[in-house]
Order: sequence, then C-alpha cells, then structure tokens
Amino acid sequence: MTALDPIKIRTEFPTLDQTVNGKPLVYLDNAATSQKPEAVLGALEQYYRRDNANVHRGIHELSRRATIAYEDARAKVAQWINAPEADELVWTRGTTEAINLIATAWGLDNVGEGDEILISTMEHHSNIIPWQLLTRRTGATLRYIEIDEQGRLILDDLPSVLSARTKVVALGHVSNALGTVNPIKDIAAAAHEVGALVVIDGAQGAVHKKVDVQDLGVDCYAFSGHKMCGPTGIGALWARKDLLESMSPYQGGGEMIHFVNRDESTWAKVPHKFEAGTPNIAGAIGFGAAVDFLAGVGMESIAAHERDLLAYAIEQVGSIEGVRIYGPESLDEHSAVVSFTLGDAHPHDISTILDAEGIAVRAGHHCAQLVMKHFGIAATARASFYLYNSKDEVDRLVEGLYRVRGVFG
Amino acid sequence: MEAPQLSSLYQQLILEHYRNPRNKSELEEKTVEIHMANPVCGDEIRLQLRIEDDHIVEAKFVGQGCSISQAAVSMMTTLIQGRAFDEADDLAKRFTEMMHGDEEAARDKALGDLRALQGVSKFPVRIKCALLGFDALQEALKSEIGEKTQ
Repeated sequence: MTALDPIKIRTEFPTLDQTVNGKPLVYLDNAATSQKPEAVLGALEQYYRRDNANVHRGIHELSRRATIAYEDARAKVAQWINAPEADELVWTRGTTEAINLIATAWGLDNVGEGDEILISTMEHHSNIIPWQLLTRRTGATLRYIEIDEQGRLILDDLPSVLSARTKVVALGHVSNALGTVNPIKDIAAAAHEVGALVVIDGAQGAVHKKVDVQDLGVDCYAFSGHKMCGPTGIGALWARKDLLESMSPYQGGGEMIHFVNRDESTWAKVPHKFEAGTPNIAGAIGFGAAVDFLAGVGMESIAAHERDLLAYAIEQVGSIEGVRIYGPESLDEHSAVVSFTLGDAHPHDISTILDAEGIAVRAGHHCAQLVMKHFGIAATARASFYLYNSKDEVDRLVEGLYRVRGVFG
Repeated sequence: MEAPQLSSLYQQLILEHYRNPRNKSELEEKTVEIHMANPVCGDEIRLQLRIEDDHIVEAKFVGQGCSISQAAVSMMTTLIQGRAFDEADDLAKRFTEMMHGDEEAARDKALGDLRALQGVSKFPVRIKCALLGFDALQEALKSEIGEKTQ
C-alpha cells in the first residue's frame, strides 16, 4: 500500500482549484457529494461527444459502443462491491431510488399486516420514508433500534426487537450525520436467523472502504455514484439474483419487457426487468470510470489517509473551547465525518462564517431528524473528508472556527 | 466578485436579540398561531398573536434556529405590537424590499431594529432565515382577513 498524496490527487479535480470569497476553496462537504476527477469528466464527455446512442436498441455502431460501455460499467461497479454476478446490479437514480425499489417491488408482495420492519433512529430519511410508505400500504409495523450517547446502535436490544414477525431489517452501513460505522455482518447474521431480508443503505459505505456484499452476508445493498467521485443521478441496487428474479417489476415501460401483448406481457431478464425507459447511460459510464479511478488510487490507501485526517480533525476541532463532537469515540467505528456544535453559535451561522473563509461544510439536520432528536439538538455542523483533503485544510477549518468564536464568543 | 463582509451580517444588535430574544414565550390569550419552518435548515417558529378589531394587540413567539431567523422574529414582535393589520402588512412588505436589496427601504426608520438585518441581503442563502417571521405574520394576517370575509 502506498501512502496517498492529497496534493497530487487534488490536481485531478478541477473544481478544487478555485478561490471562494477570495480564499482557496476547502471542500469539506463530501458526505453530501464528492467532487469529480478528470477521468470521470472525460468518460462523460467521450460518451456524449463520440458514442451517444440508446442502449440495447440499435444494430448500428454507436448503439453497439454505448451498450458495451454501459454494460462494462455495470460489471465494474458490481465487482466493486464483490457481487457474484454483474446481472445482479440494477442501475437506479441513486441510493434513494434503490431503497424505494426494494421496499416497493419486494415489500408489497412479501410484507403484510402484523409483519414488522426494523430500522434504526440513525437512518437517513431515505431509509425511513420508503419503509413508512410500505407500512402504510400493508398494515405492517415499523420498529426501531435505538442509538446510544455516542450515536451507536444499541445491539443489546436486538433480541427484543427481532422476531419471526420481522420481514425486513434495513440499516445504514455508515451514518451520514454522525459517521458511525455499523457492524453489518453481525446484524445480518442475526436477522437471517429469524428469516428477515437484510437491506443496507450503502450511500456512505461503498465510498471510503472496499465493500464485499458476500462477506457482509446481506441481501441488498443500495449506493450512489456521486458520493464516490461519480456523476449525480446514477446509483445501484445490488440484490441476490434469486430475489431479483422473484420480484415484480418496479416501473413499466420500454427496455424492461420481453413480449408485449394486449392484456399480458412478459418481462425482460434481470437486471433489465428493473430498468424501464432509457437509463442514465452517461451516468452509468461515469460511475464505472469513478470506480476505476478509485481502484487506481487504492481503497486501502484512501481508508488509511481518511483515518489519519479524521484522527487529526477530531483532535484539533475537539480542542476548541465550546466544541462538542457527536459520534463514536473509537476511530474503528467512525467514518471520515466530524459532526459538531460550537457553543451557542447555530450551525447555519457557523457555515456562513466558514463560507466567508472559503470553507464548505454542511449545516443542518443532514436528513437525519431522528438523530438530532436523540441528541436534543436542531442541527449540527458537519465536516466530511475524502481522498483529496489534507491536514492543512483541517488547520484552515480550525482557524475558521476560531473566527466563529470571535463573532459569537 | 468581492466577498461580502461578515461584519455587515453579524451586527451586535442581531447577536443581542439572538441571545436575549424579546417576546419569546407562549401567549396564553392567543387568537391565532402560525407554525412556520424552513425544512431545509430546521429553523422553526410558532408565532402567536392576540388579535382584536383588526389590530395585533400582542405578539409572542417560540422557536429555534440560527441567529438571523431568531433575531429577526424577536425584532419583528417588538415592532408589530398594537399595529393595525395594514400597518403590519406594510412593515412586512418594507422588510421584504430591504431583503431584496432596496436601499431606500433600508433607510426607513419605521423598520426600527430590523434595519440591522440589511446586511443579510448580501448573503442570498440566508435571506429566507430573515424572512421566516414575516412569512408567519403574513400567513396569520391572511387567515384573519380570510375569516372575516367568509
């Protein structure tokens, strides 16, 4: 494993090379979306400039090229999470659509009154609302695993909330609001003992570390391209093939059919059964290029670099008087996110003052209102790191936070 | 583009209202209550008014949010006590004009402490914070006037 040089890597990200409010940009909002490297921008441009055609339709050369690039990207992204087969990867608009797909297409046929769906209070709204919608339509009950004072799942409660009635266990791999890394493998094993389907929201999971869905032992894994250097509007649902084959379609239209008759039609094979309409071809190709880019840098190097940065950031930010950091104390359970409050300065005010220094952080509830309620706060400021961030940028953040203290101190 | 000065945003008067908000309590004799939130950022208030004969006799609020949203509501409540509906509506319009960069509105003494918020107009993403209270007020006026004409 070679040590990662963020200064060198930064040169591949054109957005990072700019000043904001007269200061060099420090981009620390990576948990919201990552910046895009030249390799991804180039792949998008090549598709639109040279290969643009619809997929699986034409006999002509451009359609052939587009189809090959599109399906190659599927194979790369499937391999990225060690899916047994490329055909188990369904392209979606992102993590949100992937979770809605499984909650709807699998849920409506397999969940009924008296059944239970188990999620946690740590979840992003995208892993709460699809299940709420499903319980409303089926009469099933939504149950929660609570979190402790460090923002970790209270797994001691698992035996009391998991039962033969549990049809789905749906959890985030990594919390976007706190950075908590959940012990998915153990939970999946416990869930399978009662026969529940295990669905993982991997929006923040496949980003920082190599994910192996077979080792995790889960049934479904949903993730997004844009969090990991890929374009927006493209994501994927990986699910076991037998599961996908047993499911009804999610949306109807072109591409997803085999034969169409007046009253009855037959469906295309998995995964195309779930890809109605012209897909986000460029997005899929860009996602494939992002995965190639990250593999080229090396995920082990990225994980080690982020761990270094996180340790430094927690130490430096945490030493500022009035700062409270939320999330697990152990770095082993904490992804590259520092979620914090600073005295009585509201996170929006923190973010505005940092923005004046060219520093981008997120302020708000991070689409995790149940997490905020748990800690009795309305919002946090969140600095989230990625491969191109440096310790110098952590120092800039700390300087910026002293300016916040100057205004609110 | 020249960066707007932070000092124009975080005036002492704003921080003072943020830390010591005026009229921040439940109004037992309220006749109308409007809940207004900015779901994007979580700013949230419940504006409570006691209305008599087309006048705002008393105005109080409860809520939470950033310094700009909470200071603006605090300032607004001090200004609208005892005002007739049309006067309160004029203030809301005047304040909105100031938020959209109208220099003349910003010089209007009728806006009182609210003029300290002029700097917010240079920070487009924060304008909605400053307008939260007046949005609630206008909604309250609309519901009162609507009731009368029914």
